[in-house]
Amino acid sequence: MFLQNKYHEYREKVRAFAVEQIAPFAAELDEKQIFMGRHLKALAKNGFLGMVVPEEYGGTPVDTICYSIAVEELSRVCGSTGITIAAHNSLGLFPIYKFGTEEQRKKYLPRAAQDGELIAFGLTEPEAGSDAGATKTTAALKGDHWEMNGTKRFITSASHAFACIATARTSDEPGVKAISSFILEKRWQGYDIGKKENKMGLRGSDTAFLHFTDLKIPRENQLGKLGEGFKQFMITLDGGRISIAAMALGLAQGALDCALEYSVKRQQFGKPISEFQAIQWLLADMATEVQAARYMVYGAAAKKDAGIPFSQDSAMAKLYAGEVGTRTASRAIQVLGGVGCYIGKYPAERIWRDAKLCEIGEGTSEIQRLVIARELIKSVQ
Amino acid sequence: MDFAFSEDDLMIKETAREFAEKRLIPNALHYDEEDGIPQELVEEISGLGYLGIMLPEKYGGLGLSTVSFCGALEEICAACAGVGILLSVQNSLCNEIIYKFGSDYLKEKYLPQMAEGMIGSYCITEPNAGTDVSGITTQAVNNGDSYLINGAKAFVTNGGFAGIFIVFAVTDPTLGNKGISCFAVEAKTPGISIGAKENKCGMRASDTREISFIDVKVPKENLIGERGAGFKTALTILNSGRIGVSFQSIGIARAALEEAIKYSKERKQFKQPIANFQAIQFKIAEMATQIDAGRLLAYRAAKMKDEGKPIVREASMSKLFCSQMANRVASEAVQIHGGYGYMKEYPVERYFRDARVTELYEGTTEAQKLTIARDLLKD
Repeated sequence: MFLQNKYHEYREKVRAFAVEQIAPFAAELDEKQIFMGRHLKALAKNGFLGMVVPEEYGGTPVDTICYSIAVEELSRVCGSTGITIAAHNSLGLFPIYKFGTEEQRKKYLPRAAQDGELIAFGLTEPEAGSDAGATKTTAALKGDHWEMNGTKRFITSASHAFACIATARTSDEPGVKAISSFILEKRWQGYDIGKKENKMGLRGSDTAFLHFTDLKIPRENQLGKLGEGFKQFMITLDGGRISIAAMALGLAQGALDCALEYSVKRQQFGKPISEFQAIQWLLADMATEVQAARYMVYGAAAKKDAGIPFSQDSAMAKLYAGEVGTRTASRAIQVLGGVGCYIGKYPAERIWRDAKLCEIGEGTSEIQRLVIARELIKSVQ
Repeated sequence: MDFAFSEDDLMIKETAREFAEKRLIPNALHYDEEDGIPQELVEEISGLGYLGIMLPEKYGGLGLSTVSFCGALEEICAACAGVGILLSVQNSLCNEIIYKFGSDYLKEKYLPQMAEGMIGSYCITEPNAGTDVSGITTQAVNNGDSYLINGAKAFVTNGGFAGIFIVFAVTDPTLGNKGISCFAVEAKTPGISIGAKENKCGMRASDTREISFIDVKVPKENLIGERGAGFKTALTILNSGRIGVSFQSIGIARAALEEAIKYSKERKQFKQPIANFQAIQFKIAEMATQIDAGRLLAYRAAKMKDEGKPIVREASMSKLFCSQMANRVASEAVQIHGGYGYMKEYPVERYFRDARVTELYEGTTEAQKLTIARDLLKD
């Protein structure tokens, strides 16, 4: 690809780590629904838990293309590790670094970036999914602290994160200007981890409810300005989408690798199935779409790094790569035939279940289309 | 073509729907998670006559048409597709092959037992012979008044609790396709070993095994059809299997659509049911249209089969379209559910996984295209 050498070198490094340390456990984490926590120390040591924050806060900063490559390569071998890293960096660390005070940065970022501890992002609620502005969780000012009540759902790493950024309504006025965000700590009274979700895929990642009951939040844990919570998470999600697109890309590449390898080994009708046009066409379409997705992901990342508006690019990358992820994995299963549906024999089946989430999380494909259309329409008005 | 349903068709569909609602829907998630169904359920299904739906009454069957069977199959699969496969394999493959190609002796010996609860299992695919059926290497060697079978079969549905295996094996290695024969092998015959249950992404209520045969002695009279006619027999029977898979797909897709419609009316976002949005409406319109198109293709094949017409192309077209349709529809149903669709407490999550294999078994999507193209391109 058109990338400079440093990116190829970076990929080599991440791939070696992923293949050696992450890949051997991917099937087991999925099958037994074991959280990927065993990897956190090694991930932290290699800088993957602080990719979006400067060194002074314990980070190992890389540009957005490198960050995408890291998420891609980790996801190529283990989607559960990929999503945990993507959510932690883009949704956990980024908002604290971007909107937090110096004190907040110093307090939370090094612990997260260096010590192998995760930060979660609590936006979605049972009744507020695509319509994130419909948040019902409230935070009321009680003298020197805020008091939060509400429930968050589908929160990645909820059971394991030591802190969580959560949005809540801080005034009675309707609309999104009443939404503010806060940094919460797991150890606080009234911060309860709820039911763990039983998911189709990404079963090595943790997804759970968070319940807040009269949760006392010190005033200094308000994140950014009052009433700017909605604006903050729109900015946060713009970046987050690049990471989910990168995750989908990695999953797709993993599926393609699996199908390609199988197709040259599997013999039917006296020759490798890769010699049949039907299989060649499948492989060609898979590879073409994976490449197109890769250009879109790195393109959005490059724009972000260059300081050019990239909302539309990240939504397009997420939409396209997300759909390519599921489609490529499904095609890989097709190349494998019946054995493709067996759990644990070949990764295509797991990748397929993992990839479907990329069409849903951090804005469904339908929401991406909405974002893209709005940007398009805005551009001619 | 006349698509009017008979009273029998409607009645059995209605009975199946009641059974499915009462007995399957409440347990489908459990069967999926626990990776199987209890023996009592098999007995219950047998009690309803579902293990011999199309067999004539003289063999203990219900004597119903393919069209009738397919209506029931759709209902069962809409509730629990894994249970549906059991019925599909029993009726469309195992009963059918003995009834159509077996001797009177075999029919009289096995069909009444099968109609009463003996489960059949169809052993054709091997680890190294999938789409390339003619590449099977399981051998049946002449041994006086019997054959000795040696080899291994993969992806065997119902393998764990079958009473009878329909086994395809090579009797004349030099004759290629014409050297393959088919046998009815009782499960209790010494030398058969049943592998561990396979762990699958979907259809987990259904039992899939590898079965191996070591010096399994099968009496000569258990040859189904002529010696060397196995390949041709297999292809004929696969046609009816493909109609079965079509209705499995239709059942899954219909259930997915019903759940999606229900959810889209209940779920409110942006202060209104999401069913109000065009993005959702168009998905639903597309899903319903595709399901109906699939159902028409599938009933065409079923009806033609009942009329005794050749259905090679029609059965393959139906299976090709319906299996792809089910995957598209289930995927859209998950999208409509958003995050909830990814969670096991919503059945669309299961439909998505269950639908996947419909594009693989009884001939992959690619094998259907080969069949259709060959039929179109032949002289």
